[in-house]
Amino acid sequence: MLGEHPAGLLLSAPYALFVAAVFVYPLGFGIWMSFHHYFFTAPGAVVPHPYVGLKNYATVISDPAVRASFVHVGEFLIINVPLTVIFSLLLATALNNAIHWRGFLRVSYYVPYVTASVAMITVWMFMFNSGGIVNRILGPLAPNPAWLVNTTWAMPSIALYVTWKQLGFFILLFLAALQNVPDELNEAAAIDGASRWQSYRTVTIPAVRPATTLVVLLAIITGANLFTEPYLMTSGGGPNGATTTPVFLLYQKGIEQGTPDVASAIGVLLVIGVLLIAYASRKVTERE
Amino acid sequence: MNTSDTQRMPRWRRILTMTLLMLGALVFLFPFYYMVVGALQARRNPSLSGAIPWLSNLTLSNFSQINSAINLGQSLLNSAIFTGAVVVCTIFFGVLAGYALATLHFRGRGLLFAVVLLLQAVPFQLLMIPLYVMLVRNFGLGDTYEGMILPFAINSVAVLIFRQFFLQVPREMFDAARIDGAGEFRILRSIAVPLVRPAILTAALVTFIGPWNEFLWPFLITKKQSMEPLAVAVANFTQTGLAGHANPMGSILAGSVALALPAVVLFVVFQRYFTQTHASTGVKG
Repeated sequence: MLGEHPAGLLLSAPYALFVAAVFVYPLGFGIWMSFHHYFFTAPGAVVPHPYVGLKNYATVISDPAVRASFVHVGEFLIINVPLTVIFSLLLATALNNAIHWRGFLRVSYYVPYVTASVAMITVWMFMFNSGGIVNRILGPLAPNPAWLVNTTWAMPSIALYVTWKQLGFFILLFLAALQNVPDELNEAAAIDGASRWQSYRTVTIPAVRPATTLVVLLAIITGANLFTEPYLMTSGGGPNGATTTPVFLLYQKGIEQGTPDVASAIGVLLVIGVLLIAYASRKVTERE
Repeated sequence: MNTSDTQRMPRWRRILTMTLLMLGALVFLFPFYYMVVGALQARRNPSLSGAIPWLSNLTLSNFSQINSAINLGQSLLNSAIFTGAVVVCTIFFGVLAGYALATLHFRGRGLLFAVVLLLQAVPFQLLMIPLYVMLVRNFGLGDTYEGMILPFAINSVAVLIFRQFFLQVPREMFDAARIDGAGEFRILRSIAVPLVRPAILTAALVTFIGPWNEFLWPFLITKKQSMEPLAVAVANFTQTGLAGHANPMGSILAGSVALALPAVVLFVVFQRYFTQTHASTGVKG
């Protein structure tokens, strides 16, 4: 009844219990909270949390700040996802063709990914503030106010930073996929008289399509959960609230303002949004 | 693409490829270089010449500045406790679950594997409010190491790494031990674990960077400065602690160097272990 090796149940029990306690239960609790009136009480106090139907969702959807935060994340994704796909595929292809220095190059591309965002953010702020080195190089072309305090440029700057920070991870994903493309395919294309660019477009890019789908999907999921970068780079919500994100509002409403029920509704909507966008992007990247 | 194919590339293409790659390396490495230079500047010099470490403008005082502002030793210790406990828990739970998934047939194995895969898709941000309510408000674990560690104590990537390693061990080794009358715990302790030592190192390294670099969760549950891990302490200093410092940017960058250094050193020394996992599990670590 318990299978051939019942000991397996015993060995996986600690893991399973932890999953139940820190993933399954909170997940259910979060969804439950979004349909109830929930507020913080002293530990141990028993108070009713009445069912309120979709009231929290109505509060969230009618809040212009929440709607704006979703628009900001959309803006972020429109910049971040294409940049990520183009540059990681480009550098992975070049790396795959390189003969020398491959180890050094791989390490230098990956090292931002393993470094704390908090540490790298401070350098970017140093580089991109009004008297920073980037503006000195740009001279009269520098935006005024500077990047991170400029309502137009704040979000694109953050999108650029996040692209830079994570690119190494995606380069290695593409590199692994490129190394699995059979040489015969490119050779056959060459015999058929295809130029390198033609064979790249018609053989290589379709062959790495599963990797492309994965890269797009992961970039969307991480992008939708954006918090640390705008929070630290633009001190909270950014100039004129230009860089508020759903997760920032989750924090603000759930913890600072003591309305975890409303925050949970934002969380549920965010996940539904991510699922929809992920589904749509799969349709786009997988079509012939 | 194989080497012979690469060598057939015309010279100009090879030069173009290498230029692109070196340009890429420069873009990725320059901020690290600039971080170190900035952390050593006595007076802040944001101009182009400031990118060169002039001997006359070098100092270590930024490190003592940040140390007096955020108590570097205490925050490093907090980071070490948080990270160390997470790594130990992850490996302990990961070895057990990975071994069971790879070598044992039991009821619910398929479900367990599905859960391991599914967990990767659940963003932490969705859980953050309910976890905060549960751990901080209901259980009073705010400002404690337990509260910091609990949500990170299990990790799907580690389970997948161990499962992958155990799958590569010939089944006969385990079966022979069973015939000899060894129980599963005995097999695990004296056969399986010694065999997967390299996997333990890989899992430890991959897990290390998660809690060491984590900002959001420890930020949410710490109110006392004495409990903050280094990432949170540096981040809070960048937001509030700037007043009254001669070279605040220098102090911040000194804190950043202290935060970045352990992860970068581990990565550079053990880079093979990081990138291998990446390719073999194909998942975000």
